[in-house]
Amino acid sequence: MSGMSLETMQRRMLAAVMQPLTPEDTMRERNEAGERMADVAAEFVAPNDRLTAFERLEIYNRQYWFRLLGALGEDFPALRRVLGSRRFDALAVAYLKEHPSRSFTLRNLGRELVGWMRKHPEYLGRRKRLALDVARVEWACVEAFDNGELAPLTAEEIGDLHGGSRLGLQAHLQLLELDFPADDVVLELHQRERKGASEGGARPEMGEMKPEALDVERRRTWLAVHRADGSLYYRRITKEEYQTLTALGRGLGLGEALGAGFRRSRIGPAERPAALQEWFAHWAGLSWLTKPEIEERA
Amino acid sequence: MAGNRFNANQDHGVGVGLRIPHYDHIFREKPAVDWFEIISENYMVDGGRPLAMLDRIMEQYRVVQHGVSMYFGSAQAADLEHLRKLKRLVKRTGTPWLSDHLCWGSVDGTYSHDLLPLPYTWEAVEKTAARIREVQDFLEIPVAVENVSSYAAYTQSEMTEWEFLNEVVERADCGILLDVNNIYVSSVNHDFDPMEYVNAVPAERVAQMHIAGHSKYEKYILDTHDHPVIDPVWALYARAVDRCGPTPTLLEWDDRIPSFDEVWAEARKAERYLVAAQEVGAR
Repeated sequence: MSGMSLETMQRRMLAAVMQPLTPEDTMRERNEAGERMADVAAEFVAPNDRLTAFERLEIYNRQYWFRLLGALGEDFPALRRVLGSRRFDALAVAYLKEHPSRSFTLRNLGRELVGWMRKHPEYLGRRKRLALDVARVEWACVEAFDNGELAPLTAEEIGDLHGGSRLGLQAHLQLLELDFPADDVVLELHQRERKGASEGGARPEMGEMKPEALDVERRRTWLAVHRADGSLYYRRITKEEYQTLTALGRGLGLGEALGAGFRRSRIGPAERPAALQEWFAHWAGLSWLTKPEIEERA
Repeated sequence: MAGNRFNANQDHGVGVGLRIPHYDHIFREKPAVDWFEIISENYMVDGGRPLAMLDRIMEQYRVVQHGVSMYFGSAQAADLEHLRKLKRLVKRTGTPWLSDHLCWGSVDGTYSHDLLPLPYTWEAVEKTAARIREVQDFLEIPVAVENVSSYAAYTQSEMTEWEFLNEVVERADCGILLDVNNIYVSSVNHDFDPMEYVNAVPAERVAQMHIAGHSKYEKYILDTHDHPVIDPVWALYARAVDRCGPTPTLLEWDDRIPSFDEVWAEARKAERYLVAAQEVGAR
């Protein structure tokens, strides 16, 4: 290691630590560049009378993967059950190789997972779309759990809205259009997870697990994941509500957003005012609407 | 407790790490814990339950922040966004001092989420001390650095771990969070006398102490924080308190977490050492 700067050593060591383990959870004999890991370790790690440089580096290599796979498994317990532990671990390793943590907190580890899964269906098993929906719901839970809370629109501000008004959406509100009723699947699997935890002691061990048998049929579902009084909630919404809210979230004015919301709608023009009144009552009650840009009416 | 400038002259006694499985018990039973240590990163979020729970805790207890990802020893510049979020939390909690580890863990913006040991070199001394000063200046509160457990030593090291620690804290003019369990774990893994380490630490800079349990494997010891404190670690703690005087002390228990009562009972074993040191100081 003599002559190697601190920065070079750290870059070299982190690359070694982040290298995937063998199926037996040991450090690989060679890295992806074909170098012998025993030689790489000996560049900077000193052996002692019990452990070689390779074995000492291997401790950190194993800790890295155990910690990160554990963290991802904690954020996506239902996905792990849908895929089974082996397929989940293979997916997690491949994902983390491409998207190592770029954040000081493990909370953000799964941020790119859904997008990555879309590009890598080969890791998703037979129930690809269900796996994707389940991952989307679980990531929405992570976001809804600790995203910020913006000041909601007051009744007076709601009264001042007009067609050109632009509204913000609550920071913790997550809107999903799903192929399956994946919220039910996630709720069921999270319950099984908790049951496993309470029967097994303090927390579920990350042992081997086969894919869960699930009786779920494909059905288009629109879902809001949000927070109220510190707790997470799933709320099924209509297609029209989903379309309107996502249009508002994209920055469209209220009139345009409603136009987008009622596109290909079965709700007839005569029924729309009542539907709108009901939506706004719910949205306001749940603090989903935030500060609009109230323009002065001409 | 007698304080010093590295813990803002506070009188914190024995505390425990605030952990989610204990929330209900704490809110229901209101145990007479002197203070809680919080992991800063768990609360560096924009909202939701973590901050709501923290606010409830702070209504009744003092909290001190302890970080796991500042990586003072990483060779590259600090992440400004991280520092800004940390300072926001510091203002919220009013933590009198803040601690993180004397280690590295990130390169080129990629994080290991591990506490990787530093090579004990002069280059590492200079770079690490400069980073600690920078963080301390930015946060505007005393910073204490914690010695980590390690499983690897470097071919390039030019001094012992305690010499390295002393050089860093002198140059950074910062405090020390002395983890006596980590000293024990590293002493077994690297074959040194842990008492020599404790005796070499500049006592006047010790802001806080950590005690914890660990796991023994065939060829090394892992710092797992999932067992009670063993007798040799209590002996190191007794010597450290003897040298430093009564010092804010915290029990870490992070895995296979037992009931709050069990954790608190283990932590309170430290009280007799602190009381004895206080009596010696009063004479």
